[in-house]
Amino acid sequence: MVVEKGLLYSEDHEWVKVEGDKAYIGVTDHAQDSLGSIVYVELPDVDDEFSKGDNFGVLESVKAASDCYMPVSGKVIEINEDIVDNPASVNKAPYESWMICVELTDASEIDGLLSPEDYEKIAK
Amino acid sequence: MENLKKTPLINTYEKYGGKIVDFAGWALPVEFEGIIKEHEAVRNKAGLFDVSHMGEIIIKGKDAYGFVEYLITNSIASLEDNQVLYTFMCNRNGGVVDDLLVYRFSKDEYFLVVNASNLDKDYKWIVDNVGDFDADICNISDDTAQLAIQGPKAQCILQKLVDVDLSQIKFFHFLRDVNIDGKKAIVSRTGYTGEDGFEIYVSPKDVVSLWDRILEVGHDEEIVPVGLGARDTLRFEANLPLYGNELSEDITPLEAGFGFFVKLDKVDFIGREALKNQKENGLNRKIVAFEMKDRGIPRHGYEVYSDDQKIGTITTGYFSPTLKKNIGLAIIDADHAKIGNEIIIAIRKKRLKAEIIKRQFYTKKTQK
Repeated sequence: MVVEKGLLYSEDHEWVKVEGDKAYIGVTDHAQDSLGSIVYVELPDVDDEFSKGDNFGVLESVKAASDCYMPVSGKVIEINEDIVDNPASVNKAPYESWMICVELTDASEIDGLLSPEDYEKIAK
Repeated sequence: MENLKKTPLINTYEKYGGKIVDFAGWALPVEFEGIIKEHEAVRNKAGLFDVSHMGEIIIKGKDAYGFVEYLITNSIASLEDNQVLYTFMCNRNGGVVDDLLVYRFSKDEYFLVVNASNLDKDYKWIVDNVGDFDADICNISDDTAQLAIQGPKAQCILQKLVDVDLSQIKFFHFLRDVNIDGKKAIVSRTGYTGEDGFEIYVSPKDVVSLWDRILEVGHDEEIVPVGLGARDTLRFEANLPLYGNELSEDITPLEAGFGFFVKLDKVDFIGREALKNQKENGLNRKIVAFEMKDRGIPRHGYEVYSDDQKIGTITTGYFSPTLKKNIGLAIIDADHAKIGNEIIIAIRKKRLKAEIIKRQFYTKKTQK
């Protein structure tokens, strides 16, 4: 299971890449592996606002639909249409397949995220 | 997982990468390499399933014929020895107690294969209804393991392990006491995938080595182990019903669209009166097939609307691995059940458009 350095993680198996006051959010290698082949991605709309813990999107495998939860609060400023057209890319390259980019509402929430080392312990 | 029932293959799944889940109280693999890969292997080459959880009940005795005929909606009147019949057992309201296969061993002995989730209920139902029929009812599920080998290469692979000529077993026929790699088995040309293939009943003590052996001799044909996930997508594409989805105590075979397996003009059977009335008075609801027009995957249990009015529920829905489309089956008010009609599927907070289509997703490749 790959846990990429340089990213932060949530206990719900999302990764966060912080760039100034915005953050890219996707799901981890562990998450894509447990889901199996992803065949459908549902993303929110640009300008949607979410609090930490809110459901912001859905990844569906053949067998089931799984919710994705906000690792931090934020307003959506960009969504990755490429993964909607090609859901399998989430399986192939989970750390390149960001789902949404948000403007952070509360930058201090970043401190509550897990380091790659800490995430590795829970994603066994 | 400790409290779950297990087939003899429980410790073998891991060797092949099986992901174990709780299925109706059984610890079974939902997938090995991945549902889509396994699904495609069965459509194009071959797959091996452990279906040892299925229930097996023997009915034998002087009145076995009459009793089976009384229990089921289809008819065994023209069933011959070594032939298999697909049928329903209905309750007195015409709802389905279970769907099952009936194997005729002889006029006085029948081997019934029922759903694992319904085994206890079915056994009790059969015993409770025997009345004055002179028949012995024996639940032999614990002494019976089952493998299914399915796909266009199934016969070619299995032939390597048996001395009888498998091509002589026609669709929905079987042979008993077949010697497979030194083990005694019932081999029937049946299945739950829409592909050609066989179901093999063996003693639980023989099933682990048989599983390994089939995968070994099928290596060149690229046979793979298949889990319950692909079993469900395969049967769904082939329009084969699943108990708990298309069939239940509250859905009749007529509503489910399987009237072909209900012979109202045969001798009396349980549920006949209710089914006859329903046929005469017309159906209030029906199972229809649909294809999503908007983007979204329909799933079991989602609600179906026409404008703002709820008209039904999805029984099964998937992204179809073979057709690459989002399709489903739904039980809806009969008034709306017309091919070409637009229906609305509620998927989470969205209302998405779908169209009712002909109820044939995948053309079965089983023998005629």
